[in-house]
Amino acid sequence: MEYEVVIGLEIHAELDTRSKIYCGCTTEFGGEPNTHCCPICTGMPGVLPVLNKTVVEYAVRAGLAANCAISSFSKQDRKNYFYPDLPKAYQTSQYDLPLCKNGYLEIEVDGSVKKIGITRIHIEEDAGKLIHDESGKVSYVDYNRCGVPLIEIVTEPDMRSSAEVKAFFEKLKSILEYTSVSDCKMQEGSLRADVNLSVRPKGQKEFGTRTEIKNLNSVRAIVRAVDGEARRQISVLERNGVIVQETRRWDDEKGESYSMRDKEEAHDYRYFPEPDLTPVVVDEAWLDKIRSSIPELPDERRKRFIAEYGIPAYDAAFITGSKPLADFFEAAAKESKNAKAISNWIMGDVMKKLNDTGLEPLDMPIKPESLSRLVSLIDENVISGKIAKQVFEIMWDTGEDPADIVEKEGLKVVTDTEEIRSIVIQVISANPKSVEDYKSGKTKAIGFLVGQIMRETKGKADPQAVNRLLKEELDKL
Amino acid sequence: MAITKEDIERLADLARLNLTPEEIEKLTGDMETIINYSMNKLNELNTDDVLPMEHVLPISNVFREDICEKSFDREEILKNAPEKAEGCFLVPKVVE
Ligand SMILES: [Zn+2]
Repeated sequence: MEYEVVIGLEIHAELDTRSKIYCGCTTEFGGEPNTHCCPICTGMPGVLPVLNKTVVEYAVRAGLAANCAISSFSKQDRKNYFYPDLPKAYQTSQYDLPLCKNGYLEIEVDGSVKKIGITRIHIEEDAGKLIHDESGKVSYVDYNRCGVPLIEIVTEPDMRSSAEVKAFFEKLKSILEYTSVSDCKMQEGSLRADVNLSVRPKGQKEFGTRTEIKNLNSVRAIVRAVDGEARRQISVLERNGVIVQETRRWDDEKGESYSMRDKEEAHDYRYFPEPDLTPVVVDEAWLDKIRSSIPELPDERRKRFIAEYGIPAYDAAFITGSKPLADFFEAAAKESKNAKAISNWIMGDVMKKLNDTGLEPLDMPIKPESLSRLVSLIDENVISGKIAKQVFEIMWDTGEDPADIVEKEGLKVVTDTEEIRSIVIQVISANPKSVEDYKSGKTKAIGFLVGQIMRETKGKADPQAVNRLLKEELDKL
Repeated sequence: MAITKEDIERLADLARLNLTPEEIEKLTGDMETIINYSMNKLNELNTDDVLPMEHVLPISNVFREDICEKSFDREEILKNAPEKAEGCFLVPKVVE
């Protein structure tokens, strides 16, 4: 039987504010355990939390960028549950009156555009971090992350494949980056997704029973979890089994999900309005002010890059998908006469380096001006394309200016024809067999000779000059 | 509205309360009386023209600016920990 996979996402994004949602503790990542804490964020009795205004503005910004309706009146609620990462025994969240609702994002998969509905975006606080002691009987709790502001973005069950999920997630990520709402550093947990997935026989109207896979923190894990869980559910149905509605955890190493065996008592969060925090009213004036703070978004920027820098649509889509990458491109292309070359470097060598080193585009060790100077050095025939790769490696490692590297390492193209000619003659006399081949019509032999000459000059000879001089000298024979 | 022993047990469990069978017995009756009394009282009221109350506070938009302040010293924070080690609160092992 043919099945259809139905997927919805719940995405948590940490907001890029300086201080926490209800207190002045820093949101900075990676401090010593429990050094970013105060009585408010560790849930001491008798404290009075006060909402960080920027949290509301960032959440509204995200909502506007995701085409949501912004609630003029919303409130915060307590979601009650006991877990040691949550010292208050409730999470302050939003229940029935979220800040943003009824939005959508457009994604493009295989050339066709599709709208993915966004049910709601609400504000809430992050929980602390538990470190489980492998051997012993204890867990260590660090409350630094407790009270870091989050938005939760809930989608409609509108996605039908892992490709659509990936496209949506990346689109959302780029919008959050563009609006500076979140730094979206997935390896630091700034952005994480829960996947709700069910399958149904193709053509069936009713949804199947869904499972939820929690806390996926890389695009790769999301895609693999979607594919893995869809396969699992289909195989259960094929064997006439029954899908159990449950929460599952994805083991990315094993490539399979397993049941979290929730306690029998289903969660009963007993939400009620948070009495310590006032309702939030967003009037037109405030909304306009927030709206005017939204910068150019990825779709507009993509179109502008094509028009302004003349780069191909594919390049523009790739580069504008990541704000830091797009900023890097634009800064480099502005200084350059060859935007296409800049985009080629970014999509090729730069991306490869980022992937190999696991760095985010935000942490790029080279400056955009350096890349545009590198491109100029090639275009002005100061260095060859091959040497440029070598220069790029050094730039990446040291952050030095490419021109300085070329000077210091003596990597300039050799254009002195007499110098090249003498090497050409030397190579010709050292390789009589190849010369003979060439003379007898095996034109391939010339490639070998060029290679030898380039080797002699350590790749620095101007290839055009080499070709011309080699032909000249061979014709003399 | 009838309140059962199971209702009380479930509520106690959610609130992490350990109740004796006698307490459960007593609370079941008490709860039923309270709920029914309040419901009867509320039903006496005409609420046709009353808007639902979303929140108890008649004020809105009390905010703080996004400014960092000094956090507490860790030793101060950990004073409230029943047990501590390596700068962390220690709790009985929880496995998800
Ligand atoms: Zn705090």
